[in-house]
Amino acid sequence: MSIDKETIQKIAHLARLEFNEEKEAEMVKSMNRILDWMEVLNKVDTENVKPLTHMSAEVNVLRVDEIRPGLSHQEALLNAPKKDSDYFRVPKVLE
Amino acid sequence: MSLRDKYQPVIGLEVHCQMLTISKAFVGDSAEFGDLPNTNVSVITLAHPGALPKANKTAVEFAMKIGLACGSEISRYNEYARKNYYYPDLPKGYQITQDKHPICIGGKVKIKLNDGSYREVQLNRIHMEEDAGKSIHIDGETDTLVDYNRAGVPLIEMVSEPDLFSSDEAYQFLTEVRKLVRYLEICDGNMEEGSLRCDANISVMLKGSKTLGKKVEVKNMNSIRNVQRAIEHEIDRQIDQLEKGETIISETRTFDAGTGKTASMRTKEEMNDYRYFPEPDLQPIIVSEEWLTNIRSAMPPLPNYLLDKFQKQYGLPEYDAYVLTDNKEIALFFEEICGKTTNYKAASNWVMGPVKSFLNELTLHIKDYPVTPAKLAELIELVDSRKVSHTAAQQTIYPEMLISPAKTPLQLAKELNILQDSNSDSLLPIIKSVLAEMPAKVAEYRGGKKGILGLFMGEVMRRSKGKADPKLASELVIKELDSIE
Repeated sequence: MSIDKETIQKIAHLARLEFNEEKEAEMVKSMNRILDWMEVLNKVDTENVKPLTHMSAEVNVLRVDEIRPGLSHQEALLNAPKKDSDYFRVPKVLE
Repeated sequence: MSLRDKYQPVIGLEVHCQMLTISKAFVGDSAEFGDLPNTNVSVITLAHPGALPKANKTAVEFAMKIGLACGSEISRYNEYARKNYYYPDLPKGYQITQDKHPICIGGKVKIKLNDGSYREVQLNRIHMEEDAGKSIHIDGETDTLVDYNRAGVPLIEMVSEPDLFSSDEAYQFLTEVRKLVRYLEICDGNMEEGSLRCDANISVMLKGSKTLGKKVEVKNMNSIRNVQRAIEHEIDRQIDQLEKGETIISETRTFDAGTGKTASMRTKEEMNDYRYFPEPDLQPIIVSEEWLTNIRSAMPPLPNYLLDKFQKQYGLPEYDAYVLTDNKEIALFFEEICGKTTNYKAASNWVMGPVKSFLNELTLHIKDYPVTPAKLAELIELVDSRKVSHTAAQQTIYPEMLISPAKTPLQLAKELNILQDSNSDSLLPIIKSVLAEMPAKVAEYRGGKKGILGLFMGEVMRRSKGKADPKLASELVIKELDSIE
């Protein structure tokens, strides 16, 4: 399997990233290298191996429904690139 | 034949219900609606690096409850999944949801059709997920404002099969779902505030066709009525397209409540590819038989059960049973009265009439209703034992009970001096004297002029100061008249 420019553009759009031509070419190469490595892994016979979804065998790790203080309003907004006294501000989403 | 008759609409609904938990689905932030923006947030909600979620047990149990109520199969093995997409209201870049292992599989919701019959609408699944934050777009503002208080609040999504065939059926389905979640007390069912949301998948096909038409998804309806309007409009629009020889595009459309029309929402968002995969940060959830049994045994009575009980056990007409079970608290209030009187129809009349109109007029909740079920039962008994007339109970005693809820109806009847005289020993002398003073009229009556009975009755009632039990009095008057030689 190989990655072309079109696939990179699609993935970039899904990740809301923008690349110039040069970076795009670099991405194609880099992603193809990853997939080549996957091809190597694919050679391993996994016929009878169940997919591993969790690193631990624990189940039912649940919390009681109660309030535990999280961040204060000020702390929450502290690292926001753009904010006002109440809200996080992001570039307008609707056209 | 109208064009509508040529086509068969097919509708599937996706209903999101916000769970009434105290805290969020995967973190202890408050799940309260309406707090100041960005005050119920934490490193998990804001997706700070390294923050790990932990599932809220109550949210899982709420999902089990709705599944049990719908007769779904409850999955013994549950896994969460990530649904990946970038949007500012979703800090992690993915929504935690369920994909391959939803908590409830199948199930059904019973709806009442226009012809009065019932039908079970098939569910595909019910799964657990989390809500996103709230984006606020202000006209003239260059930024979008985001409030993450809602981000991570637990939701269930109920997905029906394409098993609804008119906008009326969709209306009934949503009404039943809302009733169910309210009975279970897992969601407040408020569509205007967005705690219950519905997307509709709508298609039309020629009648008799075996293949479904292309479906269109419609969003942004903020009331059950608007879901119905949106479906109506969409059916007409699709038929119109097809009749013009055009094809239907599978797309997402938004409903405008102002115009009653739907409009295409096609943007680049449509290119979404959610790339689901198992959520590695949350361990699987195994539902044991014991856990399920505990949840099942704590289930409240459900609307259909009460609907059936009120008709079969209390002998109420279907209409009464339907009105009484519309709201759980009203149904339980009625049940309490029925625990204290066997005149179920009278209890039903009191609840459907004076009680409900009192609550409606003052927009009160039944928990704020001043009169206890026990006192209403006593009032019914007063009428049944003919101690007061029905009219007196309704027009005189009942209003006093609302003002002085601590007093019993009997106490009030005495204070108001309206206890009926149902004692023939005290009524008979009055009747005898009335008849003795009107020999001419008595003769007329005996001569066949039965209509003047009212004249004697009026006089008896007047002399008893309105306290004579009219039914008994009239029986006695007739008996006396017939026995005069």
